[in-house]
Amino acid sequence: MIPFQYVRALKQRSAIDAVLKDKSAQFIAGGTNLVDLMKRGVTAPQKVVDITNLPLKEVVLKNNKLLIGALALNADVAEHPFVVKHFPLLSLALQAGASAQLRNMATTGGNMLQRTRCPYFYDTVLPCNKRNPGSGCGALEGYNRMHAIFGASDKCIAVHPSDMAIALAALDAVVLVSGAKGDRRIPFTDFHRLPGDRPEIDNNLVRGDLVVGVELSQNAFSKHAHYLKIRDRASYAFALVSVAAALDINGNTINNARLAMGGVAHKPWRLFTAEKFLAGKPATEENFKAAAALEMQTAKAYEHNKFKLTLAPNTVVEALKIAAKV
Amino acid sequence: MENESASHAPNGSRRDFLKQSSLLTALALTPTAVIKAAENDEEIASVFEKVPLKFEVNGVKHSLSIEPRVTLLDLLREQMKLTGTKKGCDHGQCGACTVHIDGRRVNSCLTLAVMQEGKKVTTIEGLANGDKLHPMQEAFIKHDGFQCGYCTPGQIMSAVACVREGHASSPEQVREYMSGNICRCGAYPNIVDAIMEVKNGGNKI
Repeated sequence: MIPFQYVRALKQRSAIDAVLKDKSAQFIAGGTNLVDLMKRGVTAPQKVVDITNLPLKEVVLKNNKLLIGALALNADVAEHPFVVKHFPLLSLALQAGASAQLRNMATTGGNMLQRTRCPYFYDTVLPCNKRNPGSGCGALEGYNRMHAIFGASDKCIAVHPSDMAIALAALDAVVLVSGAKGDRRIPFTDFHRLPGDRPEIDNNLVRGDLVVGVELSQNAFSKHAHYLKIRDRASYAFALVSVAAALDINGNTINNARLAMGGVAHKPWRLFTAEKFLAGKPATEENFKAAAALEMQTAKAYEHNKFKLTLAPNTVVEALKIAAKV
Repeated sequence: MENESASHAPNGSRRDFLKQSSLLTALALTPTAVIKAAENDEEIASVFEKVPLKFEVNGVKHSLSIEPRVTLLDLLREQMKLTGTKKGCDHGQCGACTVHIDGRRVNSCLTLAVMQEGKKVTTIEGLANGDKLHPMQEAFIKHDGFQCGYCTPGQIMSAVACVREGHASSPEQVREYMSGNICRCGAYPNIVDAIMEVKNGGNKI
């Protein structure tokens, strides 16, 4: 790891100022991703701004909305009684991610900002447009078993690795950001971006922006929600495909559906087409299959991830069946 | 701004300038071969600024001077000679480096030591009570919860936390909540047995 200057920020404003002043500066919180990337030489900030002393750790209910501080730990959010009761989808997704140790370190803000685990991004001798713009995408013609089937470009076919973010996308969370020009709110589905021609940019934050929290509105999805993660081993592995499914069901009729997939795109992939199809229809396996099939029309696989074209719709159907209890 | 931020270069431009000029001086005076070596050599890396760190390890207060890039794992092993905590993958994938910070299990390899100001760290060396082993250590021996033993300190630190967290209600739950600790010898069944025995013993650990 190359040497860097360490700054311990005690005020939010000073943390933001420290990052604004230095183009290579980065915030650090849990460090579970950044320290790893720095060790591997994937990223090399000359200044690291420690924000863990900022008062952003709370999970509170305010005006009927749940505010999760950016520094609230993944383990604490997953087991927070209010989250378990009213947002079980988020709790399940958090518990499906990483290991018990990492969930004790990783924060809410850091989790959504983690970088892809594409091996071409991590290996500094290989081409990667995300790490080194213009160097090419090693995965496109290389080993692409873990890679995207939705929304990719010929510049990048990496996927976002977070489980938490998939649940937050399905639940229409809002990201609370503080930056050089004051505070703003970003709907979760607009927070991350697709790779296009600029895969080096993961999200719509600008320099100096600090994620200060996430806001969730109360909803009618708490009784019928499930996060289903399919991976190469039973625990502690990134998703091949994951599905966050939440249903608002009246009798046997679906009033509203929320669906998002992980492991398939550069950002949490909301299944708007399937959601629209399911609204007003009975909660049956046939409808779940039809909804999944509609969504898969835009999927595109590469040499080694063709199995996802089958695994993804099957996982959608299974997650919906568990959520709907049918 | 200056009193809002406890930066270790708190006086802005002057300290920045001094740091940069001293770094440039060091580089200017250092032969190329040595600069190359500095990438891996901790002795030479001491040309870079160190920062103070006060924290507690196994009940003992320490006041140290460290480089910001030093991980808690390297500080424990290389500078404090607490080599019970093991370096496996050094990337947060194996759990051999598991320690407790303020009572919670973490991967010390992904933890910057400088960020542990004021924290209380417990390592495998701090688990026993004098000559009397911790019940989890006893259980690992009784159930043969290891073969080569390299992952064992991390397994035991993780296991103690697993029980304390209330995540050892069944063998299945233990397997899930111990998944951050890899054992390449495959002692998993015996590790689960050891943890379940400590849990079922019902004693506060």
